Amino acid sequence: MIHIHDLSKTYNGVTVLKIDELQIPKGESFGLVGNNGAGKTTLFSALLDLIQPTTGYIQNGEVKVHESEAWKSHTASFIDESFLIGYLTAEEYFYFIGELRGQNKADVDKLLAGFEDFFNDEILNKRKYLRDLSKGNMKKVGIVATLIGNPEVVILDEPFANLDPTTQIRLKGIIKKLAAETGVTVLVSSHDLMHVTEVCERIVVLEKGSVVKDIKTSEATLKELEAYFSKEEPLVE
Amino acid sequence: MIKYFLTLEWKSFFRSAAFQTNLVLKIFMALGALYFIGLFTFVGVGAYYGLEKADLEPLETINRFMIYYVVLDLVIKYMLQKMPVVNIKPLLLMPFKKSKIVNFALGKTMFSFFNIVHAFFFIPFSVVLLRQGYDPLQVITWHLGMMAMIYINNFINVFLNDAMPLVVGVASVIIGLGALQYYGIFDVTPYTGVYFQGLFEQLWMFAIPVVIAIALYKVAHSYFLNRLYLDAGLSAKTKEASTENLDWLDRFGKTAVFLKNDIKLIKRNKRSKTTVIMSVVFLFYGLLFFTGGIESYDNPFMKIFAGIFVTGGFLFSFGQFVPSWDSSYYPLMMTQNISYEEYLRSKWMLVVLASAVSTILGLGYLYFGWEAYAAVFVGGIYNMGVNGHVVLWGGAYIKTPIDLTSNKKAFGDSSSFNVKTLLITMPKLLLPILLYTIGHFTLGPVFGYALVALAGIAGFAFRDFMFKKIIGIYKAEKYQTIAAYKQKN
Repeated sequence: MIHIHDLSKTYNGVTVLKIDELQIPKGESFGLVGNNGAGKTTLFSALLDLIQPTTGYIQNGEVKVHESEAWKSHTASFIDESFLIGYLTAEEYFYFIGELRGQNKADVDKLLAGFEDFFNDEILNKRKYLRDLSKGNMKKVGIVATLIGNPEVVILDEPFANLDPTTQIRLKGIIKKLAAETGVTVLVSSHDLMHVTEVCERIVVLEKGSVVKDIKTSEATLKELEAYFSKEEPLVE
Repeated sequence: MIKYFLTLEWKSFFRSAAFQTNLVLKIFMALGALYFIGLFTFVGVGAYYGLEKADLEPLETINRFMIYYVVLDLVIKYMLQKMPVVNIKPLLLMPFKKSKIVNFALGKTMFSFFNIVHAFFFIPFSVVLLRQGYDPLQVITWHLGMMAMIYINNFINVFLNDAMPLVVGVASVIIGLGALQYYGIFDVTPYTGVYFQGLFEQLWMFAIPVVIAIALYKVAHSYFLNRLYLDAGLSAKTKEASTENLDWLDRFGKTAVFLKNDIKLIKRNKRSKTTVIMSVVFLFYGLLFFTGGIESYDNPFMKIFAGIFVTGGFLFSFGQFVPSWDSSYYPLMMTQNISYEEYLRSKWMLVVLASAVSTILGLGYLYFGWEAYAAVFVGGIYNMGVNGHVVLWGGAYIKTPIDLTSNKKAFGDSSSFNVKTLLITMPKLLLPILLYTIGHFTLGPVFGYALVALAGIAGFAFRDFMFKKIIGIYKAEKYQTIAAYKQKN
């Protein structure tokens, strides 16, 4: 589904991202971990054609993202608050996204009905603009908005951050279901190793912009990651 | 301690994104400040001789009209001057006494340009008074009294944050009084003039405004000190959201998606509401031209200029910041399945509709004769046909993010009403004036009006071409624009 080739990004001579080759097959739940500055958000931004790669390209579906915009119709993403429109209420925002993705109000309402638990009665019919919501609630809105209109690729940057424990658990359920049941390719980045190993079939570790680990998730993955990040030799190999 | 505050201020000023990125802007800002300083100084020196020439006792006349000056100052301060609360949050946890933070914040307002600039009027004026042989002691106490009045305004303004209705009320009372005076019905100045004249004549009277200013400082100080909590004075007010059904717009097809959003954008954000108010103000701008009140404006060419402005208030103040209005969620727009064409068409329709409405409201100018309205009418057509595109075109290059929720920077700030945007405004104004001039000198004024109108109508034909061009710019500038919008002040 996604093919990264010879991708690099350099700012003033400093290379912040360098990935020679990375394939993400359709329906995979893909986790990206790495310390601050490892290049996670840069990679996602390049994937969404928000920044221009210095070299190489990213192919999403049939097209290279910086050449055609055809990928936009099947890709949904939530990176940060700049993906929300502050002066809309949650409902209005969902309908707006729905309209952009060819869904009418009834379609959107039907989808939202499935997230009543996830919203925990804090989002809908609250008579609040998005800009006045708490960070966690903003995140809930942003995440659910990515699921409108049956996207084939969903990209979430740090979806677990700022969420309360109950919502984190529910979000894990949603992500697992997406990949397993509907064949959506989900890309998630996280600092929480436990969460990411739980929901992702495959985990890639970035360090200083390069892929240093590419693991198929198993029982041992969490230990391996913990060992890696505590800078010790892995106990299990 | 104060040293740290000052260095923080220094850095926040010189390191602000807007300031660092644009040297041209810096020069223009400096020029703008110099212009106002020069203007005030000139008026300060010139006022005395001017009034003397007009056979008026200068000081007395100044004192009579001082009430308008003082109230106007308050209104301007309310509109333009930023409140000092912004940078306080990170200081709260530092080992300072809170009272010191408040002192600093209030002290900072005292050195604001909006106070200092008055010194450039009052000091030269006082110097002239001294040279003319007025009693030095009286002049000095009068001067102190006047500056105290300015500072009273300064501290009142501290409380007035978010008291829009009050300020509008005060402003309309003053405008009303001014009108009553103009038409000779009731003159308030003899009453208020007594006070200001008293400041000169009675030495002790200067103590009144000085004491009030000091008292207001104390009140402002305790007001802030008590509200120095995140959920009190430092909190942003949240308004209950109103949802609205704009489905009737769906008849506009796919454009409606954006049109609905744009209408909400305008209705729900401070900054965009200001532009609407501005465009209403522009409606009255023509009065300066058509009443013959200002001599240099009283010629047919300037009337076209007026026509463009009267009908183009919204066009200029809103249109030139497309797409910056969407700057806070630009990445969203760039990753959604959006056609630029529909996005632009929506903004274009808003601008054209607003111009059309202004043209209709401009019917009032018929009062000044058909030629006045002809100028407004062809100005409207030109705005709809030509400027509607040009303004969006220019906007594509303006990459300053707009903070929708804040009004304090709606003018005078790098991101809006500055010389740079004015430069883009120039061709939009000069071309119709040129067209009219050509018509005026060949076949007469009617032909001139016809030429401007024809240009406007012809402009509609170029819409698709212009849209293509603008879309090209959007695409070419995409990455830079995203990066620029990320920089917040």
